[in-house]
Amino acid sequence: MTETVAPPRLDARRLRADFPAFELEIHGKPLAYLDSANSSQKPRQVLDAMREFYATSYANVHRAVYTLGERSTAGYEGAREKLRAYINAPSTREVVFTRNGTEALNLVAYAWGLDNLGPGDVVVSTELEHHSNFVPWQFLAQRAGAEFAVIPIDDQGELVLEALSEIEQRGRVKVVACALVSNTLGTINPIAEIAAWARDRRAISVVDACQAAPHRQIDVQALGCDFLALTGHKMLAPSGIGALWGRQDLLQELSPFELGGSMIRRVTVEKTTWAELPYKFEAGTPPIAEAFGLGQAIDYLNAVGLPAIERHEQELTEYAFARLAELPYVTVYGPPPDRRCGIVSFDVADVHPHDVAQILDGEGVAVRAGHHCAQPVMDHYGVAATTRASFYLYTLREEIDRLVDGLAKVHATFA
Amino acid sequence: MSDDLYRELILDHYKSPRNHGLLEPADARAEGQNPLCGDEVTIAVRFNGGDTIDAIGFEGRGCAISQAATSMLTELVQGRSVEEVAAMPKEELLEEIGVPLQQNPARLKCALLGLGVLKVALHRAKGTPLPDEWAGMDELEIT
Repeated sequence: MTETVAPPRLDARRLRADFPAFELEIHGKPLAYLDSANSSQKPRQVLDAMREFYATSYANVHRAVYTLGERSTAGYEGAREKLRAYINAPSTREVVFTRNGTEALNLVAYAWGLDNLGPGDVVVSTELEHHSNFVPWQFLAQRAGAEFAVIPIDDQGELVLEALSEIEQRGRVKVVACALVSNTLGTINPIAEIAAWARDRRAISVVDACQAAPHRQIDVQALGCDFLALTGHKMLAPSGIGALWGRQDLLQELSPFELGGSMIRRVTVEKTTWAELPYKFEAGTPPIAEAFGLGQAIDYLNAVGLPAIERHEQELTEYAFARLAELPYVTVYGPPPDRRCGIVSFDVADVHPHDVAQILDGEGVAVRAGHHCAQPVMDHYGVAATTRASFYLYTLREEIDRLVDGLAKVHATFA
Repeated sequence: MSDDLYRELILDHYKSPRNHGLLEPADARAEGQNPLCGDEVTIAVRFNGGDTIDAIGFEGRGCAISQAATSMLTELVQGRSVEEVAAMPKEELLEEIGVPLQQNPARLKCALLGLGVLKVALHRAKGTPLPDEWAGMDELEIT
C-alpha cells in the first residue's frame, strides 16, 4: 500500500455565503438544514446563471436557426459535456437528460425490460434500494412473468452478496439493479464487484447513483456497470433535471421509451424511425434551463472539489456518530461511519419520527422523517419510519450540536 | 409552534389512548393509513342494531398527532347518532384537538386520519356514499 495524501479541506462556513437559504430564520432561529439527501439547497452561482440564461440565451433547443436558439442549444449541450466529464463517460452520445433519477430508471426498466424479460428470467434488486430502482423492476418482472429477487442486507445495513449464489439457482439472471449509496442508511455498495458478477452472467447492471453523485467521484468506466442514473436536485442543481448514462451499444439496441417530438428521424404514415443517440430518448421539449443549471452546479462542485467534499462529510458523520452515542435513547441504523456517506438514520425511543421532526423544526433544524422511499429497509428493522439527518458541503458541526440539543428536547417532551 | 402542538392533552391521549383495542364483533369497521408517513389506524364500532354509536375502539401506530386525535375522536363520538357522526365536519374534531394545524397540511392529514377511517366505516355499514371531501379514504386499506 502506498501512502495516500489526505484530500484538501473545504471551508463550509465560507461556502454557506453562496447559499441564500442560509440567510433564513425558521421560528426565530437560523436554519440548520440536515436534509440534503432529500434535496440540496442551491448556490447563487446556479440561481444567478439560470436567471441570466433565461434573460439572454433562452429559446427552444435543436430546432431554432436564429441566434437565441443557438445560444440555448449551446447551453443545453454544454451541460451534457460537463456531465459526461463529471462521470467520466466515453461519449456525450451516452448521456441522456431526463427529468429526474426515477425517470432515468423507468426508462431502462421499460425500454430494456419490455424487450428482454420473460418467464425463466430473474430480475435482481436489493433490500436497501430506493423505490425508484425497485418498484419498476418488480412491476416489469411481474408483467413479463419473470422472477423478482432481492439481495438482502445484514443488520449493519450492508448487502449480503453471498445470497447471489442462491438467487442464480432460480433461473437466468438478466438484470441486477443496485444503488451506489443507500439513501436511507448511507451504505456504500460494492458496485464494481456486483457489476462484474452481472457481466459474467451476461446480465445488465443498473446503478442508482442519485445519492452518490453529489458527494463522491463517479467513474462509470471504472465501475464497469451498464446503466447509471442520477438526479440534479440533490447536487445543487434545480429540480426537474436528471440523467441516464448507458453503454452506447446497449442504448443503440434499446427501443425508445417516450415517443413524440424531437426523438424521431423520419415520420410517415407507414412508419417512424428514431433519432440518433442521445436524442432517441429525449422526447418533447426538454428541461432546458434546468439542464443548463445542472452544468453550473457541476462547475461549482468541481471548483470545491469532490475529494474535499467527501472528506468533510466523512468527518461530520464521525462527529454525528460520537454525539448521538451520548443519547442512550437514540438508536442509529446502518454501517459504521467509515463505510457510509453523510447519512444517519436513527430512532428516538418511544417517539414517532414525525414528532421528532416536528419538534426539531421548532428549533430550526430540518430533518427527514418517514420511510425514505425504502419501505423494505424499514421492514428489515421492524420500524414504520426513521428520522434521517444528512450532510453536505455546507453543513457545520454546530448544526449537528443543534440536532443533538433538539433530540434532548424531544426526549424530554415525551418522557 | 411545536410547543403548542405537543400540549399536555395531546401527550396524555398519546400515552394513554382512550377506547384502545378493537371490538369483536363489530357492526362497522375500517382501516386506513397515511401513505406519506405510514400512520395507521383501524376503528371498529358497535351500534347494536340501532342508530347510535354505543361502543367504539381503535388500534393504530404512528405519530402522536394521529394517535391522540383518534383517541379524542372516540370520546367525541361516543353515544352520538351514526347519521350525525357520518356528517360531522372536520372542524369539530380540530376544535377539540385545539392545536394550530391549519398551516401545516401534512400534520392536518395526521390529525384527520382517524376521522376519515371512521367515516368510511360508518358509510360502508349504512350503504351510503362517502362524501367527496373524504374521497380516496376508502382506498387506503392497510392489507
